[in-house]
Amino acid sequence: MSGRDVLVQAQDLRKVYAKPTLFGTGEEFVAVQGATFDVLRGETFGLIGESGSGKTTIGRMLLRLVEPTSGFVGFDGHDVTRLTPKGMRRLRQRMQIVFQDSGSAFNPRRAVGEQVAFPMRQFDLCPKNEVRDRVVDLLEHVGLRADQADRYPHEFSGGQRQRLGIARALASEPEFLLLDEPTSALDVSVQAQILNLLQQLQEERHLTMLLITHNLALVQHMCDRAAVLHHGELVESGPVDDIFHKPQNEVTRRLLDAVLEPVAA
Amino acid sequence: MTSTTLGQKVVSPVAAGDTVAAQIKSRSRPALMWRALRRDKAAVVSIGILVFLTLVAVFAPLLAPYDPLDGDASQRLEGIGTPGHLLGLDGQGRDILSRLIYGGRYSLTVAVLPVLAAAPIALLIGMFAGYFGGRTGNAVMRVLDVLFAFPVVLLAIAIAAVLGPGLANVMLAIGITMVPYMARVVYTATVQESAKEYVEAARAAGATQAQILRQQLMPNVMSPLVVYGTSLCGLMIVLAAGLSFLGVGVTPPAPDWGVMTSDGRSVLLEGYGHVATIPGLVILVAALAFNLIGDGIRDALDPHKQTS
Repeated sequence: MSGRDVLVQAQDLRKVYAKPTLFGTGEEFVAVQGATFDVLRGETFGLIGESGSGKTTIGRMLLRLVEPTSGFVGFDGHDVTRLTPKGMRRLRQRMQIVFQDSGSAFNPRRAVGEQVAFPMRQFDLCPKNEVRDRVVDLLEHVGLRADQADRYPHEFSGGQRQRLGIARALASEPEFLLLDEPTSALDVSVQAQILNLLQQLQEERHLTMLLITHNLALVQHMCDRAAVLHHGELVESGPVDDIFHKPQNEVTRRLLDAVLEPVAA
Repeated sequence: MTSTTLGQKVVSPVAAGDTVAAQIKSRSRPALMWRALRRDKAAVVSIGILVFLTLVAVFAPLLAPYDPLDGDASQRLEGIGTPGHLLGLDGQGRDILSRLIYGGRYSLTVAVLPVLAAAPIALLIGMFAGYFGGRTGNAVMRVLDVLFAFPVVLLAIAIAAVLGPGLANVMLAIGITMVPYMARVVYTATVQESAKEYVEAARAAGATQAQILRQQLMPNVMSPLVVYGTSLCGLMIVLAAGLSFLGVGVTPPAPDWGVMTSDGRSVLLEGYGHVATIPGLVILVAALAFNLIGDGIRDALDPHKQTS
C-alpha cells in the first residue's frame, strides 16, 4: 500500500437546495460551498461540524448520493461527478457508507442477511452458492452470529445494528468507507466497541475512512487529519494535532472550548 | 446491552461456525405470513364470512328458495319468520333471503373488482410521483388533487353517464374515482420511505432505480395500500347502490344489496324496517370483514408481528 497518494478529492463543492414550487424555484438555501479537501489513501480523515453545518451533505456528495450543484469529486482518478449512471454504479463497489441511524438504515421488511448479501450479488463478487457463506463470515467477523442472518432489523439492538451496518458496508470489499456519525446514536460503552471494530477492520483491509462527526474526542481518537465545517464552509483543515493544539480559526477554538474535559478514566 | 453484545461475541462458536451455518433454515416468508394471519382471530373469522358469502353467491341458483325477481303481491311486506320466507318479503312480495343470496353476486363483485383494478394503477402513480418527485411528481399529484375536488359520486355519475349504464361500466367508473385516493395513500408512504437511509444504502450498493422501487419501496408501501383498499370495499357496495338509485348502476329489479337497502327506505317509516335493515346488516358485516382482513394482512406483512 502506498501511503500518501490521494484517494478521494473534493474541489470547490457546492450544494444549494431550492424548494421547488409550482412556478419556478423558490427560496434557496446554501448547504455547502467552497469545500476543498483531499483524503489520502489509508488515512482516516475527520469532518467536524455542528449539526446543520453541511457535513452530511458533503459526505453524500462524495459518494454521489446527493448531486453537487457545482464542484468536482475525484475518486482514484475517476471524475465521480461526471460518471454515467452505469459507470457510477460500478464505482460504488469501491466506496461504501455506514449510517448514523441504524434503525432506518435497514429495510424493516427484509432479513438482514439478505441485505448484507445485496452488494455481493449486485457487484457479482462471488458465485451465487457462496454468497451465504460469505455473509456468515462477515457477520461473525463483526461480532454477530451466523443464525442472526435470517432475523429482521427490529430484532437487533442499536449496537448490533451498527455492526450489521458495517458488515453491509464491507460486503462489497470497498477501499473507501464513509462513516456518517457512526456512534452518535449509541451509548458510550457500545461506542467504544464499534470504534475498536472499525480500527481493527481498517488495519486488516487497508481502508481509507472519512469520519463525519460533531464529537471532537472521536476525531482525536480516530483521525490523522481533519477539517472543520461551519455553516457550509470549511474554516480550517490540517493534521489533527495542529487543529487541537494550534487552532487557527475562531470557530475551531469555540468548538474546542465547548468540549467538556473528560474525567480521567 | 453491553453485556449482550459482548456475550454474543463470546458465545459465538467460531469453531462450530460451519455447522451452525449449515443448520440455518431459511424461514420462508409466506409461511411466516400465514402463521401471523392465522393468529389473528378476527381476520380468520372475517375470511370465513367472506368465503361463505362468496360461495352462497356462486351457488345462488341451488340455494335460493325462490326466484329473486318474482314477487307475490298478496304477501308483500310480511315480516321476519313468515312461514316459508325466513327473512320476510319486500314491498313487491319478493323473498328477501333469495334476493340476498343472489345479491351477493352483484355486491361482492362491485366491492372487490374496482379496488383490485385501481390498486396497481394507484401503486404505480403514487410510487413514481413519490419517489422521483420534482416537478413531474408535483404535477401528477396536482392533477389528482383536481380529481379530489369533485365529489366521488358526482365524478362516478359523470363517468358512468359517458360510458352508459351497466354493472361493468359502474365498476369502471368507481375504480377510476378511487385511483386518486389510493394513489395519495401510496404517494405519502413513498415520500416517507424514500427519505429513509435504507434506500440510500441500496443506492450506495449500486441498486438501479427499478430495484429500489421494486425491492425496497414496494414492500413498505403495500401495507397502507392494503388497509386502505380493503376499507374501501364496503364503501363500494354503498356507492354502487347510490349509482343504481340514480339510474346509472345495477338496474332494478336486479337484487343488489345496496339497491335492496334503498328499496326498503320507502317503506321504512311505515313500520316495515326489516326490508332495509336486513340487507343493510349484510353490507355492514361484509364491510367489517373486509376491514378486518385488511388489518390482518397488514399485520401479516409486518415482520414485527411475524416473528414475535
